[in-house]
Amino acid sequence: MKNELSDLARDLIAVRDARDRAAFGRLFDHFAPRLKAMLLRGGLRDGSAEDVVQDVMLAVWHKAAQFDPHRADAAAWIYGIARNRRIDMARRRPLAQPEEMPEIESLEPDAAQILALQQEAAQLGAALSRLAPEQADALRAAYFDDIPHSRISEMTGLPLGTIKSRIRLGLDRLRHELRKIAP
Amino acid sequence: MTEISHHIPEDILDTYRAGTLPHAFGVVVAAHLSLCDECRARQEAGDMIGGALLSRAEGAALRPDARDRIMAALDAPPPPPPIRGSGVFPAPVMAELGGRPPRWRMLGGGIRQQILSADREGSLRLLYIPPGKAVPEHGHRGLELTLVLQGSFSDSEGAFHRGDVETAHDAIDHQPVAGPGAPCICLAATDAPLRFNALVPRLLQPIFRI
Repeated sequence: MKNELSDLARDLIAVRDARDRAAFGRLFDHFAPRLKAMLLRGGLRDGSAEDVVQDVMLAVWHKAAQFDPHRADAAAWIYGIARNRRIDMARRRPLAQPEEMPEIESLEPDAAQILALQQEAAQLGAALSRLAPEQADALRAAYFDDIPHSRISEMTGLPLGTIKSRIRLGLDRLRHELRKIAP
Repeated sequence: MTEISHHIPEDILDTYRAGTLPHAFGVVVAAHLSLCDECRARQEAGDMIGGALLSRAEGAALRPDARDRIMAALDAPPPPPPIRGSGVFPAPVMAELGGRPPRWRMLGGGIRQQILSADREGSLRLLYIPPGKAVPEHGHRGLELTLVLQGSFSDSEGAFHRGDVETAHDAIDHQPVAGPGAPCICLAATDAPLRFNALVPRLLQPIFRI
């Protein structure tokens, strides 16, 4: 296991903290074709998929301040933006969104936690590649083809429990810090 | 923050994730997620699966000008920031309020409400119940989600504090009573008009919109 931040996470943090265009370009090169593939699988035509990719990547640029590597890896965070965008295209009114977590500038990154989350994401990826084909198909259906799903982690035995507690730690940490600033 | 003990049921969270939950319930779920790290972590963990699948996906070819287009768009002014939470009202509730404090209407007995939205798919309202007062006894047709934003209430299903959600299905008759201390403010979504058994005759329901 690599004992450092992934290149993608580093690029996203460079976009967040330094508005780094070269880093953004690398993120675009990596994610835009994959996002387009996901949107095409979800049933969009080529032209709309192309437009939505532009929207999503522009949102990545504008919302980068919200990226918290304690709670998501770069792919999960960008996937979440794309998912919301696609949902809102299908709805009469946009889906209500939870409060954005505060950006706390004083907060020092907790390297151990960020790395642990990245390792768990890697384990999740490895577990995905070991799934039986029908299970992998069910997951792709649920996450790429917009079919409602339930109890996927029970069905597939994916290691979501540790990831969930890791994300929860990230949230706890933010809220704790927030209480110190605004008791 | 006291620990939240009544969460959004998993099937409703999944429907929210899939984006097919009607607006009124979507606001209650988003407000609960704003207060509940447990449910929020579950949602964000779902994005980790999506992210892992995205990373492993084979890319589709982009149009040749795609990269130039995005780089040129970066200088456009950013969209306005979303409405933030204020006081006891988390951001998705403030968004429903249009960023302003509630404008309560009196229902009698010190109870107040503001209807935030009402359409074919359901209705969403804020309720304000003074300490010790009972919300009029009512039954349900369909689903009701009630999220406590301030104070507390209790009924046959238990005690509910800030962040807790009561899920009521068909045929539950319960009589919530606001707890002592601050007035109970809650956010309630239904997919059917409530049947009030005592306070307002059924015929008047369309007039009061409750």
